Amino acid sequence: MGLFEKFKQGLKKTAQFLNTDIRDIFKGEGRLVDDAFLEEVFEMLVRTDMGIEASKELVADIRESFRARVVQMEEILARIKEKLKVLLAQPAAPIRFAESGPTVIMVAGVNGCGKTTSIAKLSQMFIADGKKVVLGAADTFRAAAVEQLTIWAGRLGAEIVTGPSGSDPASVAHRAVAKTLESGAEVCIIDTAGRLQTQQGLMQQLTKIHRVLGKQISAAPHEVLLVLDATTGQNGISQAKHFTEAVNCTGLILAKLDGTAKGGVVVAIRQQVGLPVKYVGVGEKAEDLALFEPDSFVDALFEDMAGR
Amino acid sequence: MFESLQQNLSSALRSLTGRGILTEANMREGLRQVQMALLEADVSLPVVKDFMATIGQAAVGERILKSLNPTQQLTYVVHQELINLMGPVDHSLHFRGEVSVLMLCGLQGSGKTTTCGKLGRLIKTRGRQPLLVAADLQRPAAIQQLQVLGEQLGIPVYADLNAKDPVTLCQAAVRQAKAQGANTVILDTAGRLHVDAELMDQLTQIDRRIGPDQVYLVVDAMTGQDAVNSAKAFNEALELDGVIMTKLDGDARGGAALSVKAVTGVPIKFVGTGEHLDSIEEFHPDRMAGRILGMGDVVTLVEQAQEKFDKEEMEKQQARLQKGQFTLVDFKKMLGQVGKLGPLQKVMGMIPGMGSLTQMMGDTDAEGEMTRLVGIIDSMTPAERENPTKVIDPSRRRRIAAGAGVQPHEINELVKQFDGMAGIMKKMASMGIMERMKTVRQLQQGGMLNPSARLQSKGDTGKRLTKQERDKLKKKKEREERKKKREDRDKKNKPDDKNKPDDKNKPDDKDKPNDK
Ligand SMILES: Nc1nc2c(ncn2[C@@H]2O[C@H](COP(=O)(O)OP(=O)(O)OP(=O)(O)O)[C@@H](O)[C@H]2O)c(=O)[nH]1
Ligand SMILES: Nc1nc2c(ncn2[C@@H]2O[C@H](COP(=O)(O)OP(=O)(O)OP(=O)(O)O)[C@@H](O)[C@H]2O)c(=O)[nH]1
Ligand SMILES: [Mg+2]
Ligand SMILES: [Mg+2]
Repeated sequence: MGLFEKFKQGLKKTAQFLNTDIRDIFKGEGRLVDDAFLEEVFEMLVRTDMGIEASKELVADIRESFRARVVQMEEILARIKEKLKVLLAQPAAPIRFAESGPTVIMVAGVNGCGKTTSIAKLSQMFIADGKKVVLGAADTFRAAAVEQLTIWAGRLGAEIVTGPSGSDPASVAHRAVAKTLESGAEVCIIDTAGRLQTQQGLMQQLTKIHRVLGKQISAAPHEVLLVLDATTGQNGISQAKHFTEAVNCTGLILAKLDGTAKGGVVVAIRQQVGLPVKYVGVGEKAEDLALFEPDSFVDALFEDMAGR
Repeated sequence: MFESLQQNLSSALRSLTGRGILTEANMREGLRQVQMALLEADVSLPVVKDFMATIGQAAVGERILKSLNPTQQLTYVVHQELINLMGPVDHSLHFRGEVSVLMLCGLQGSGKTTTCGKLGRLIKTRGRQPLLVAADLQRPAAIQQLQVLGEQLGIPVYADLNAKDPVTLCQAAVRQAKAQGANTVILDTAGRLHVDAELMDQLTQIDRRIGPDQVYLVVDAMTGQDAVNSAKAFNEALELDGVIMTKLDGDARGGAALSVKAVTGVPIKFVGTGEHLDSIEEFHPDRMAGRILGMGDVVTLVEQAQEKFDKEEMEKQQARLQKGQFTLVDFKKMLGQVGKLGPLQKVMGMIPGMGSLTQMMGDTDAEGEMTRLVGIIDSMTPAERENPTKVIDPSRRRRIAAGAGVQPHEINELVKQFDGMAGIMKKMASMGIMERMKTVRQLQQGGMLNPSARLQSKGDTGKRLTKQERDKLKKKKEREERKKKREDRDKKNKPDDKNKPDDKNKPDDKDKPNDK
C-alpha cells in the first residue's frame, strides 16, 4: 500500500474540507436500517462520484441484507467495500508488453486531463526499468504541446519525434514508431491532443492514428490508455464509452487523485464500459504515478467518511 | 436525459393531471426525480439538498394550471429556480483606473491559459490594450504556451524564463504594463490543488501584493462532486469576483456551475465553448439551467414533445373517424388534448372542425368550459357515451346533470353540439386533407360551424368575471347574435334544419358576405 501513500495524504486533507455530516450516520451505538438511513448511505456513495445507478445498486443490497436491523458502521462499510472490491478486481500486470519487438502505447483523453504528464510518468517508470523509450508528440494542435513533451523527454532521457505545428498527427505517430523500430527502443508512447468525445472529426482523427500504428506493427498499439481526471463527474462515463468506440481503450489512468476528488466514476465506468484502471496519478512530478490497487482505492473512497 | 427526466416526472406526477395544487405529498416522487437528475448532472450533493428544500417551498401551493400538466409545471418551477440561483448575470469585467488587473486561477488543466488568451482577444476587440502575464513558472512549457497564444492574437506577453517567484514576476509585469501602453493586465497563474497549502499561500501573496481588480476561478464543466470543495477553498483564499466555466462544448451537463455558484456566491461570467480563442461566450443562466436539467430549451422542447404526442393521438382518432366511429369518448379525448396543451388556440386548430371555435370563444373562460364538458361526459355511463342521442332520456339527463353539478339543459346542449360535430367529423374524415381544410375554412367563413353558442353555458361558469370581462362577453354575444341573424337571413331560401347539422357541411356558401 506504500504506493498509495500520497493518495491517502490527499484524502486526509479531504477530511478537513468536507463538513462530514455523513460521519454522524454511524455515531453511537449503531443505527436502525430504515429509509432515512438508506438515504444517508446513498448520499455517502453519491459523493464519491460513482453515480446514482451504482449507488442505488449498493443501497438496494444493503436494504436487502440489513433491513430493520440495528447496525454498526463497520458492518455496512465492510459490505459496500467488499462489493466494490470484487467489482474492481483485476490482474496485477498493468501493461501488456509485446511478445517480441517494441511495445506501442497510445494515450488519449479529453482536454487538460493529464495525458502529457502521465506520459512523462510512464516514461520515467519504463526508463527506471532499463527500457529505452521513444515519445511521439502527436499533439500538433495545442499551443506549446510539443515543447511541453520535449521538456519532459529531455528531463527523463527519452527520445522524441515531433512534427511542425498543425501537421498531421498520424504522420508524427508513424514516424515515432519508425524511429522506435530503427533505434531498437523497447517502448513507444504516443501523446495525442486533448479532445472532447463529442467532436466527431477529432475522434476520427484519433481512429486514424490508431490505424496507422497497427499498420506498422500488427499488434500495435498494445495499450491504449485513456487518461481520466479524477475530478471528473458523470461525464467520465461518456468519455470512456466514446473513446473506447474510437480507439478501443485497454485501460484508464486516473490522474490528479492527489486532490480531494475521489474518482468514484471509475466504478460506473467499470460497470458500464468494463475498462480497468491501470495507474493513478498523484502529483505533477514524473515519479507521481502509482499502480492502481483496487482494495486501497476502495478503502480510500470512504476514508474521510468513516469517521476514523 | 431530457426524455428520461420528462418521462420519470410524468409517471411520478401522472395522478396530478387536471386540477388542484402542488403539495409536498403529491410532489414527493416528482421531486425525487428532480433530485436524481441534478445528481446525474454532477451538482454537488450538499447543493442538491439545499436546492430541493428551496424548490419544495417554491412549488408548494402552486395551482396546477389546467393548460399545463404537473410535469411541465414542476419542471418549470425547477427551471426557474435554477435560473434564480445561477443569476443574476454580470458580464462586466469592471475595468477601472489606469491599469486594470485580472487574475485567473484554478485547478490544473481547467483551462486558465487558454482562457487568458480568449479574454485578451475579447478585451482587445472592445478597444482595450491587454498584456498577458505568464505567471505559471511550474508546468513545463506553460510560458511558451501563453507566448504562442499571444503571438497568434497579436497581444504582448510578459514573460521571464528565468524567473523563480511568481509574486515578484507579477509585480514587475504590472509595473511595466503602463510603459508598454497596456491598460489591462491578465495574470495566468499556475494550476494548483486547493489542498496544497504552499501554493495556495502563493496565490494569496499575489493577490495581496498586486491587488487585482478582478479574480476569476476557472472551472472545468466536467467537474463532479468535488466542485464545492475546490471552489470553496479558492474563494476563501482569494475572495473571487467571478467564475469562468470551460469545456462546455462537450456533452457534460455542467452541474458544477450550480455548485460553484452556490458556494462562492459570485457570478459566472463567461463560458468556454471550444479550444479556439474566439470560443468564449457570456454566461446565460437560462441556458445553463436547461442544460443541467438535460433539456436544451425547456419551452420549445416541451412544446415539441407535446406536439408529437398530440399528433399521434390525432392520427389515432383520425383512423377511428374514418371507420365512422365518433363517440363522446372521442370528443372527450379531444377536449383532454386541449387541456394538456398550453395555448388553447393551438390545439383547437389541430382538431378538425374546431379551429373556428377558438376565434369564437375569444377570451371567454375556455378552459372552464372544457372542464365543464369533460365533467358532464364523465358522469355518463359507457352506453350513454357511445350513443348519447338515442340513449339519454329525461331521467338519465337529470341524473347526469346532478352528477356533473350542472343544469339538465346543459346536457342537451352538449349532446346537440356533439351531434353536430360528429356529423362534420365523419364527413371530413373521408375527405383528403386539402379538401378538409377547404371545408373548414368555408365553414368558418360562413359561420356555419358555431358550436360556441352552445358551448356558452347559460348558468354559472364557476368563474368570477370582472366587469370588463363581462362587458366583453356581452359585446361578443351581441356580435354573434347579429352575425347569426345575418346568416339566417341569407339562408332563408334554403331548407335549413338546425337539428341536422350534416347539411351545414355543404360547401354551398361561397357567396356569403364575409363578416370580418
Ligand atoms: N495534481 C496533479 N496534477 C496533475 C496530475 N497529472 C497532471 N497534472 C497537471 O494537470 C495539468 C494538465 O496536464 P497535461 O499533462 O498537460 O494534460 P493534457 O491532457 O496533456 O492536456 P492537453 O494536452 O492540453 O489536453 C498540468 O498542470 C499537469 O501538471 C496529477 O496526477 N496530479
Ligand atoms: N474543448 C475545450 N477545450 C478547452 C477549453 N478551454 C481550454 N481547453 C483545452 O483544455 C486544455 C487545458 O487548457 P489550458 O489552458 O492549458 O489549462 P490550464 O488551466 O492553463 O492548465 P495548467 O496551466 O496546466 O493548470 C487545453 O487542451 C485547452 O485547449 C474549452 O472551452 N473547450
Ligand atoms: Mg497534452
Ligand atoms: Mg496554464
